[in-house]
Amino acid sequence: MSVAWAFDAILAGTVLGVAAWIVVARETFAAVAGFIAYGLLLALVWVRLAAPDVALTEAAIGGGVTGVLLLGAAARLRGGATVPDVWPAAPLRLVAGALCTVIAAALAAVVLLLPEPAPTLAPQAAAALPATGLGNPVTGVLMAYRALDTLLEKVVLVLALIGVWSLAQDASWGGVPGPQGRAARAPDALVFLARLLPPVGIVVAVYLLWLGADEPGGAFQGGALLAAMWILMMMAGLAASPAVSDRRLRLALVVGPAVFLAIGLAGFFSAGAFLAYPEPWAKPLIVLVEAAKIVSVAAALALLVAGPPQRSPR
Amino acid sequence: MSQLFGLAAAALVGLGLYGLIVHPEPLRKILAFNLLGSGVFVLFGVIARRGAVVGTGADPVPQAIVITAIIVAFAASALAIGLLLRLRQTTGDAAPPTGDGPP
Repeated sequence: MSVAWAFDAILAGTVLGVAAWIVVARETFAAVAGFIAYGLLLALVWVRLAAPDVALTEAAIGGGVTGVLLLGAAARLRGGATVPDVWPAAPLRLVAGALCTVIAAALAAVVLLLPEPAPTLAPQAAAALPATGLGNPVTGVLMAYRALDTLLEKVVLVLALIGVWSLAQDASWGGVPGPQGRAARAPDALVFLARLLPPVGIVVAVYLLWLGADEPGGAFQGGALLAAMWILMMMAGLAASPAVSDRRLRLALVVGPAVFLAIGLAGFFSAGAFLAYPEPWAKPLIVLVEAAKIVSVAAALALLVAGPPQRSPR
Repeated sequence: MSQLFGLAAAALVGLGLYGLIVHPEPLRKILAFNLLGSGVFVLFGVIARRGAVVGTGADPVPQAIVITAIIVAFAASALAIGLLLRLRQTTGDAAPPTGDGPP
């Protein structure tokens, strides 16, 4: 058939192959490397599904930030093999395989039997978009129609970070994340990269944030990129990881949800509903919320990767 | 075209679930759980693609939900990995806990 169809078939096949590799690979490190490749391939799938906003998020989060997190965890789990590496007996694996096949087959049947014509909210989303002053319907859904989801998701990020921080030992509470002396061993190439990339990365992140109102992009994608730049600089030892008790850090973490919540509450008076925007001010308010959000998303993602505090405060 | 990715998504859910059930290593279970989740996300993407109307590539509502979901899935994975590393710290290469409470 057409070139596009062949490309899709090869892409889907590769994604499935890499996914199978992640499950069966003998070495955990190899599986993690496979997972990073998988995240990037999945971003291509999102492009083919005409969802560039999701593709950007998947490439930044699925391939990038999750990759750093998993590689760090795999490196620290290597060595002391305390978990016995015992696979379940063959009959049990067979039963599990059969169960999973049935579930996959049922999902496949659902995919093949989806109703025609497909139900869609795209016309409604497009019809109400001029009132928000935005040009990108996905940003419209995130920031206007389903703003409550986005607000709660910010809160989830902060809650997850509190969860990670609370795993610290008592002695290092309020201290600095990351094991001691990692910065001293940073190779020259990493330090060079950490000097070269962040200026470009920060500009691109701000551009993504601004562009998100009208084109694919937005605070999540920009925030993930900012987080990646910060992680890179911390890994290279160019930026000291901040102590988790640092007041400026905590302010950066809560500014996004706080501004969102404040504007949402102001909506009661200015527009008659929680998280509603008064019409002529909709776009400036949304850009303001997104600007505050990018700071909090970047800080939360980078600190989730950095993990619980491990060095006591000085 | 989107049906192809829909079938792949169904297979991803199956693969992820299998890894989650049978793999003995916790970090691999987290990886498998992420595979399962990404399969569900791609299903959303397929449904969004089918909901495309003239002028848009795909229905924006499922897309926005998937963007939120990817971030939440990352936060959950980070918390799971934090728990796993802490578990290793208290039971593994660190000294076993003495008396009442972790070292």
